[in-house]
Amino acid sequence: MRTTSNRMRAAAALLLTLLLSLGVVACGSDDEDTTSGSEGGEAGAIVSNPENGDVTLTVGSKNFTEQIVLGEVYAQALEAAGYKVKKQLNLGSETVARQAVKSGQISGYPEYASTALTSFFEVEPEEVPADATEAYEDAKADFEEEGLTAFPPTPFASANAVGTLKTTAEERELETVSDLEGQSEEMTLYGSPECRQRIDCLAGLEQYYDLKFKKFVPVDIGLRYTVLDNGQADLSILFTTDAQLAAEEDKYVILEDDKEVFPAGNVIWVTTPDVVEEAGPDYEATITQVQEGLTLKVMQELDARVELEKEPAAKVAAEYLESAGYTG
Amino acid sequence: MAKGGGAVSAPVLPPLPLASFQAAIEFIFTPQSSNVTGGAKVGGLEQVLELTLTQLEVTFLALALALAVALPIGLYLGHRGVGEALAIGLGNAGRAIPELALIAFMAAAIGVGLLNVTIALAILGIPPLLTNAFVGIRQVDRASVDAARGMGMSELEVLAKVEVPLAVPTLMTGVRTATINIVATATIAPLAGVLTLGDFIINRNVYGDDGVLAGAILVALLALALELSLAGLQRALTSKGLKVSTA
Repeated sequence: MRTTSNRMRAAAALLLTLLLSLGVVACGSDDEDTTSGSEGGEAGAIVSNPENGDVTLTVGSKNFTEQIVLGEVYAQALEAAGYKVKKQLNLGSETVARQAVKSGQISGYPEYASTALTSFFEVEPEEVPADATEAYEDAKADFEEEGLTAFPPTPFASANAVGTLKTTAEERELETVSDLEGQSEEMTLYGSPECRQRIDCLAGLEQYYDLKFKKFVPVDIGLRYTVLDNGQADLSILFTTDAQLAAEEDKYVILEDDKEVFPAGNVIWVTTPDVVEEAGPDYEATITQVQEGLTLKVMQELDARVELEKEPAAKVAAEYLESAGYTG
Repeated sequence: MAKGGGAVSAPVLPPLPLASFQAAIEFIFTPQSSNVTGGAKVGGLEQVLELTLTQLEVTFLALALALAVALPIGLYLGHRGVGEALAIGLGNAGRAIPELALIAFMAAAIGVGLLNVTIALAILGIPPLLTNAFVGIRQVDRASVDAARGMGMSELEVLAKVEVPLAVPTLMTGVRTATINIVATATIAPLAGVLTLGDFIINRNVYGDDGVLAGAILVALLALALELSLAGLQRALTSKGLKVSTA
């Protein structure tokens, strides 16, 4: 009896160890070696204005990698301009962030113009202007009606996209979404659960491209590359600014959205007129200046360093500011 | 924030709970419009039934798998009176496994879908089943077990005719706990390719607040219905068990 009991205990210990190591693996990251370092921009350095020292600005952001990186970039730029800066990054969804600006809890946060239009102002996705300035003007006008305002958009835009493995694309000769015609019936598409019914996602692909897929499978957005990697998905809904696209350029490709079903969203800084008045002209000048270097390529790379290489967002943002010549 | 006397807009008050409930109930019975679907309606009884059936399907599959794994081990260990560390320790450790991480971890190996979700949910059901089976059998009066052995019963007969019937209340408590854990957690299945009632809860952008609340109400009702049926089953099984033990 005694030895059996010891053996059981040993077995239990072994099982526990296994379980724990499983947990560790599940939490671990894939440390992929990629080249990093942002491309330098030509913009001038941000000048610190001592008058701004009396103003405290609270920078907010939503709760995913790109937003946190953007929050850090804006916060550090405003700091370089002489403002006292507090951070409230990782706030939650756009609903939470908008409420935080309205209540004065944060001074402003970065929002995608397309998200603002569709999520706040009930614009149908197909009616979102493809032109960044036009989308910005629309969103700004809507924001002003509810007592908010917005600064001009970033160079980069983030949008949903149909992605696939490069090998699949070559085999089936796919370059645009329209190329799927005649082939989609034998292909499985994976996307976030809400993609299924959204007109700017599966519903739009069916309606505007007239595509039928073999199967649409809802998955957690965190698995959008896993399902391609393990061969379950022929196609997967990705984001154009995804870190993985920059890190593994010859593994994944995005099919061009030739009928413009996925509205592109450039980032606009959402704030209130009160804050603008209090903070003075350097506020808008700094925000628009620091985002000039944020092209799609740069944004992908910054996202990649935080998401794939697990570098702290603050460090990645600081290095962007420095290499682009905004800070010393 | 140091702010110079600017008017702060009043916080938006949440709508009256009663009105939200009414809207959620309406969502359950009649398809509603959504502003992201391009005109297609969402919700309604047909979709509710479809999602409820899938929710029940994965719940029962996962429960069956959990029972198949946990009961033999728990009963055996309890009967032999060994492996307390395994039954209790593994049971407790099992409760701490994050389901989403488990699903993601398995996604790389076996992909997403019904198999993935069933295994992930079964792992959630195993701890209470295992612990309760072990404890239920262990707490059976030793005198009854000795008496059964004295009557010449085989070990299997002792387990089947004496220990299990007397352990029914504890065993069934494990089953009830496992079932509730599984049915409630089956709401995350849409993140792994299986459309359950969780679809309403996860996709606020599509279904709106009414859909989220409707999903929560439906899952709560489902859990309650399962709990009541199992309580009934437990009563039926227990009386039979007591008859055996007093015979």
